[in-house]
Amino acid sequence: MREQWVGFKEGNWTENIDVRDFILKNYTLYLGDEAFLAKPTTATRKLVKMVEELNAQEREKGGVLDADTKIVSTITSHEAGYLDKKLEKIVGLQTDKPFKRALHVFGGIRCSESALSSYGYELDADVKNVFTKYRKTHNQGVFDVYTEEMRKARHVGIITGLPDAYGRGRIIGDYRRVALYGVDRLIEEKKKFLKTQTKDFTADAIRKREEIAEQIRALNDLKTMAQTYGYDISVPAKNAREAVQFLYFGYLGAVKDQNGAAMSLGRNTTFLDIYIERDLRNGTLTEQAAQELVDHFVMKLRLVKFMRTSEYNKLFSGDPTWVTESIGGMSVEGKPLVTKTAFRMLHTLDNLGHAPEPNLTILWAEKLPQNFKNYCAKMSIKTCAIQYENDDLMRPYMGDDYAIACCVSCMRIGKDMQFFGARANLAKCLLYAINGGKDEKTKEQVSPVMTPIKGDYLNYKEVMKQYDKTMDWLVELYVNTLNCIHYMHDKYCYEALEMALHDDDVHRFFATGIAGLSCAVDSLSAIKYAKVKVIRDADGDAVDYEVEGDYPKYGNNDKRVDDIAVDLVDRFMQKVRKHKTYRDAEPTTSILTITSNVVYGKKTGSTPDGRKAGEPLAPGANPMAGRDTNGALASLESVAKINYKNARDGISNTFSIVPASLGKDLDTQVANLCGLLDGYMRSKGHHLNVNVFDRDTLIDAQNHPEKYPSLTIRVSGYAVNFVKLTKEQQDDVIARTIHEKM
Amino acid sequence: MTFNSKFKTMVGKVHSLETFGAVDGPGIRFVVFLQGCPLRCLYCHNPDTWRVDGGTAMSVAELMEQVKKYQNYFGSEGGVTVTGGEPLWQIDFVIEFFKALKKQKIHTCLDTSGILFQPSAERKFDKLLKYTDLVLLDIKQVNQEKHKFLTGQSNENVLAFAEYLHKKNVPTWIRFVLVPGVTDDLTDVRKLRDFIKTLKNVVRIEVLPYHTMGEKKYAELNLDYRLKGVKAPDAETITLVSQILRGEKQ
Repeated sequence: MREQWVGFKEGNWTENIDVRDFILKNYTLYLGDEAFLAKPTTATRKLVKMVEELNAQEREKGGVLDADTKIVSTITSHEAGYLDKKLEKIVGLQTDKPFKRALHVFGGIRCSESALSSYGYELDADVKNVFTKYRKTHNQGVFDVYTEEMRKARHVGIITGLPDAYGRGRIIGDYRRVALYGVDRLIEEKKKFLKTQTKDFTADAIRKREEIAEQIRALNDLKTMAQTYGYDISVPAKNAREAVQFLYFGYLGAVKDQNGAAMSLGRNTTFLDIYIERDLRNGTLTEQAAQELVDHFVMKLRLVKFMRTSEYNKLFSGDPTWVTESIGGMSVEGKPLVTKTAFRMLHTLDNLGHAPEPNLTILWAEKLPQNFKNYCAKMSIKTCAIQYENDDLMRPYMGDDYAIACCVSCMRIGKDMQFFGARANLAKCLLYAINGGKDEKTKEQVSPVMTPIKGDYLNYKEVMKQYDKTMDWLVELYVNTLNCIHYMHDKYCYEALEMALHDDDVHRFFATGIAGLSCAVDSLSAIKYAKVKVIRDADGDAVDYEVEGDYPKYGNNDKRVDDIAVDLVDRFMQKVRKHKTYRDAEPTTSILTITSNVVYGKKTGSTPDGRKAGEPLAPGANPMAGRDTNGALASLESVAKINYKNARDGISNTFSIVPASLGKDLDTQVANLCGLLDGYMRSKGHHLNVNVFDRDTLIDAQNHPEKYPSLTIRVSGYAVNFVKLTKEQQDDVIARTIHEKM
Repeated sequence: MTFNSKFKTMVGKVHSLETFGAVDGPGIRFVVFLQGCPLRCLYCHNPDTWRVDGGTAMSVAELMEQVKKYQNYFGSEGGVTVTGGEPLWQIDFVIEFFKALKKQKIHTCLDTSGILFQPSAERKFDKLLKYTDLVLLDIKQVNQEKHKFLTGQSNENVLAFAEYLHKKNVPTWIRFVLVPGVTDDLTDVRKLRDFIKTLKNVVRIEVLPYHTMGEKKYAELNLDYRLKGVKAPDAETITLVSQILRGEKQ
């Protein structure tokens, strides 16, 4: 037993890399309430003030305070940076200064250039030269191999948000390994592989060897980076402060190395709690000092920033980083994984103020301790900063050491990774079915020519038949496009450090996605149950629709239309499964749009449900705004019907309610929110963003942003500062169904 | 479940359904708004439930079908609330509905003004209460004259119903709508407090502040809104009235 492990119970984890075993053998379940929590220390308060000040400066400067234009960001590229060295218990910044954004170029040099220039910075000429002349980037690789059809599909927006010009993200390194084992031990394990793998040098095997070699290099770099802050992370962490610090160094290395769309953190509170408990027992830590560690850690996570293009910001507004931290859940043996540090993590919302990051994600299970559930609900009502995912639904697939990446994508930590695949627009696909593959906006022929649907009125059977065929085409194109992207990402922008914090034999998911589900579903329902008249332009193309009569709408717990939603998702997934995926990754799909439902809507013509061209689609798996009229539960139940087994990458649902409709006093509201979550999860709903606010607050915040600098709301899968959304996205959020019953 | 004939044939006139009721009884509740009400309360925010001839006909079986979809959410506290309109106007239907709910061990709650209580028909009410776990009783005005002004009817039956519930020891929440200038005279409030004190079955007293959200429905229905210009009560008055009614203040 190593000296740093004294006081821990031994197990498989002492012999092999097995963080889960360490946790289960050593954690202390907490069943109490939040009364023990400590207030922020003086140092914390001072640091919070500094960050608030910097935030204000950044807002005033138009969104970016400072940006590196010259130093290409790597794990070791920058000197140590501090907010205030004397006050910070947990240290480390992406660059040498807080709020200075790093220059990431391996995803695409053109992107880096345009991101800089949209905020008034100029990319260093040498860097540009090197990465155009001598060193290829991911983006160039992708466009070298894209077919004309792929480019077209991307340009018209039937496949959108593709990570072909930015980092794919959504890979969670097991940052806990850095703290538990020290980096030298991790390097040793990786070297073992290189030594023992000596036969069958196929292309796959050689690639893997190269990747492992890269991983070892990254781990060595991580040690070097920690040294610049005065820490030796080659050995295990010896106390709570070091555990938090080492873990954070692991994560910091990842965000220095990559600007992936979602740079998620994992599931760390139970792990860290073991160290905190040990120190509390030894008398070397107080509750206040423990909270301070968590506060300072979270403060650092909130400082993570990336330089992004204005195009990207339109899609994923509010400067999100998806530092998703998963909290709670149950062990497979049925014991809740709730510790005091789960409370401490949520308590940062009080101590540091409300904020969208880290993306606090509760793995909700029916048998979680009631005190913990109540505290989550209380903080949700207070801050609108928390999302909930169904641990009872995921655990049978994922075990008890998985975490959520980005918004809803679960992976076993250190064992699974995923190829993030953005999404295909199923509403637009329906319009292609009707117009024979001709784009309703640009008039380009995008898919191979099919006979358009003729006549004044749409016939359900005919439309479905053609829709199915069009979807076949779309899915094949989509999978192939993703194959190109991930081949090139692995080649030119490999996440060496994040992958170093995985097992050698990693399992890969191929995470496709769907946008526009509810719009497509309502359109089909309108065609089936009402009469939909086609309005044609001079070319005879369908450009608008008139719905005659009423039809059942998704979001009202009405089987007639909900069955269509279930069928579409099943159908899509079955089609995805038919295709060969890069590195034989296991195909999954998500129903998630984040804030991009607004932009996707802009790129989608009028639809047969009566939605007009350019109007937003609904986010994620949500019903179309204002159409779920049978009350909150009917809306939830419709979404819960979608088969999780065919949408294993997550089914995002954003739920908003006014406080008064949740109950008359806080205790009742807390009880009812817990009841609502229990019910939704029992009905096999997968994910729920919870917002408790009045529409008037949002309207006031839109008009007076200065009054609401930290107003946080949940949108599809993450939280944002409301005032950082674009005007259009704010309008979309305001127009969404907010359940209100007096 | 064995379906008796009433289960299938007994039909109620339903104004609307709310799947997530969090303010009409304990826990999360499926709320059934029945059509028809003999009262014409000035502040009524559901005037569209007044007419007896409106609504959608639904059988007990059909309603049960709907309720079952939301059972996952009821937990240990929640269940079904029947309100209106005035649910006692369709008392036979409510009896059959509650009977079916109790068979499924679902918590039942009746939200009523008590205006249709008839001491002479106690046997029927006994039957209803057999299947009722909780009553939310609106006492709109304890002052007879003001009650008539406010609702168009005498409060005699209301108070009699309250006493009957007390006699039967049925758990009851008293609800009182606070309307500035109409129900906020503290003398009346104290009188109501004294009356409530005599009822041993009251487990909670709720003061519901008047709001103006119903006003636009009147315009839609072409009805005169007689409380025009009356504002919602301020927080101070709400607290004071609550305290008086709960006996925490004189």
